[in-house]
Amino acid sequence: MLEVRGVGRSFGDRRVLHDVTFDVLPGRMTGFVGSNGAGKTTTMRIILGVLSADAGTVRLDGDDLLPEDRRRFGYMPEERGLYPKMRVAEQLVYLARLHGLDQARAKRNTADLLDQLGLGGRAGDTVQSLSLGNQQRAQIAAALVHDPEVLVLDEPFSGLDPIAVETVLAVLKSRADAGAPVLFSSHQLDIVERLCDDLIVIAAGSIRATGSREGLREEHSGQRYELLVAGDASWVREMPGVRVLELADGRALFDVDAPSIAQGVLRRAIAADTVRGFVRMRPSLAQIFREVIR
Amino acid sequence: MTAQALPKPVGAPRAKLSAARVIRLVAAREVIARLRSRSFLVSTGILLAIVLGSIVVGGIASANAELPKVAIQRSVINALPDMSGYAQTLVSEVSEVEELVRAGEVDAGIVSNSEVSPLGITVIGLDSIPPGLLAQLSVAPDLRILEPAEQDPFLAYLVALGFGIVFFLSTITFGSTIAQSVVEEKQTRIVELLLATISARLLLAGKVVGNSILSFGQTLLIALFSSIGLLITGQNSVLVQVGPSAAWFVVFFVFGFVLLASMFAAAASLVSRQEDLGAVISPITTLVMLPYFAVIFFNDNPTVLAIMSYVPFSAPVGMPMRLFLGEALWWEPLVSLLVLAVTTGFVIVVGARIYSNALLRTGTRVKLGEALRG
Repeated sequence: MLEVRGVGRSFGDRRVLHDVTFDVLPGRMTGFVGSNGAGKTTTMRIILGVLSADAGTVRLDGDDLLPEDRRRFGYMPEERGLYPKMRVAEQLVYLARLHGLDQARAKRNTADLLDQLGLGGRAGDTVQSLSLGNQQRAQIAAALVHDPEVLVLDEPFSGLDPIAVETVLAVLKSRADAGAPVLFSSHQLDIVERLCDDLIVIAAGSIRATGSREGLREEHSGQRYELLVAGDASWVREMPGVRVLELADGRALFDVDAPSIAQGVLRRAIAADTVRGFVRMRPSLAQIFREVIR
Repeated sequence: MTAQALPKPVGAPRAKLSAARVIRLVAAREVIARLRSRSFLVSTGILLAIVLGSIVVGGIASANAELPKVAIQRSVINALPDMSGYAQTLVSEVSEVEELVRAGEVDAGIVSNSEVSPLGITVIGLDSIPPGLLAQLSVAPDLRILEPAEQDPFLAYLVALGFGIVFFLSTITFGSTIAQSVVEEKQTRIVELLLATISARLLLAGKVVGNSILSFGQTLLIALFSSIGLLITGQNSVLVQVGPSAAWFVVFFVFGFVLLASMFAAAASLVSRQEDLGAVISPITTLVMLPYFAVIFFNDNPTVLAIMSYVPFSAPVGMPMRLFLGEALWWEPLVSLLVLAVTTGFVIVVGARIYSNALLRTGTRVKLGEALRG
């Protein structure tokens, strides 16, 4: 488990992180979301030791991280970059060896990973000759080539077409399934919603929400219901304690003060009409996000 | 191997990576990247061709500067001192000697004449006698020169030029190579990935070592080509005279190069784009050029050379030059080397600090003071 505890950081007078605390659990894909400038990249840089924290600690499995422990991390920085004139495979082998792998294993991992990411045929090409999408895949390979035990990926899906997203996702999921904690940031909330098991929301340098995706949705579900009936639903408006938000052709979207009132609406609907659907609305990630960063 | 099998269980031991191995990996990448660069190979090739060419051409030119020609009557040959400095034509008769002198085929003639001269010879010239020949054939008094010129001033100039050019070219070439490679890593952002893996100090060390190897390699090639050039043109004596000071030069070169390379790397880390590089490295370039010009203009000025031989930036040129001229006492190169080594150590520490602090700051140029404070 990767633990971030009370991390703070200022740049000059500007405080960019304030008491940032969260866990990334093994085997879980943890989405890290926040607006631009919220502190995602700074947090990730501190986890990787590229930047030092003014306060707080980062621990892995209960131990404070030493510089050499960072070799066990796979990192994809927000600012992408590989040596443009170096060949893809050579570059990956070099990075793997800098992380402590021997030559044979570095070569084997490189070949396997390039095949998985659909870059097998480009191994001998220079990075600058690749398309942007393929450069992005090479960058992901660079984060994974040394068999990292923890993955920290800043916007791993940006710049990828939908098929590439699936390819990369499959590779990342396989790492999570093998027990690695995976932390990835994204501003594409729909992608995060689909991919993550756990979620961390940061705004203005502070953590606003953490938890499992479903838990958070449950937590942020209000008393909003949707009723679908065969006939007219306008009677819902007259029910006491109900505020109708939308009403049209047998569909009513309404808020209630208490769950029992919603049950009353359902009972009346069953008595009067054919009920096609009745559901408590659960917020999308985007809605939760907007709510918690307020 | 499938993806599922790849990650190791969390907490599994990972091979320890020693600092030396990291430096070796980084250095090897630098060397390979440079050796793959066509422009580097072409410029090295041109440089070597110029070195070899100038020595061979110089050697042929000086060999063709003909020896003075002398016609000698056979009967006096045994009475003469060593005449190997002259192209000799041996003839039997005095008239033949006179004919050769008149025809301008020889510069002078030597014939037997035991009646007039106590030496038993007469030297015949057309309108004058080459003074060297006269001196050689005369009985010379005992000579004592109180302050002998130890080295031929022209040779001293050439040696100064040689040390100066080699140091100047190597540090400028590989210093700017290091600077470019530092900025390349900043500009392409790979530096963040590297720093998430290894420390800035090791990265810097690897770069300096890698480029030092290239620079020493190139300098050795220059030395090798110069030696070959001198040997094939028969100028062995130059080799013998320059040899010891050249050995000192190599030692000073190593320290001086590392000193300047660290400065180049630290300066380059302040900027994020190749376009901005010129502004930050020009002060260092000036530091390299000053001793180069100084040694060329002042290689006959012992005071300037003495100062140069202790100032760390010019010692790699100044001290070997003084050793060549025989002006330095035995302990002087050792003291100068110590000064240079201490300075180099200090600059490495400060340079590594600037480098570490400035490396992740992209965008505008980082102020030196900020980089030092961190």
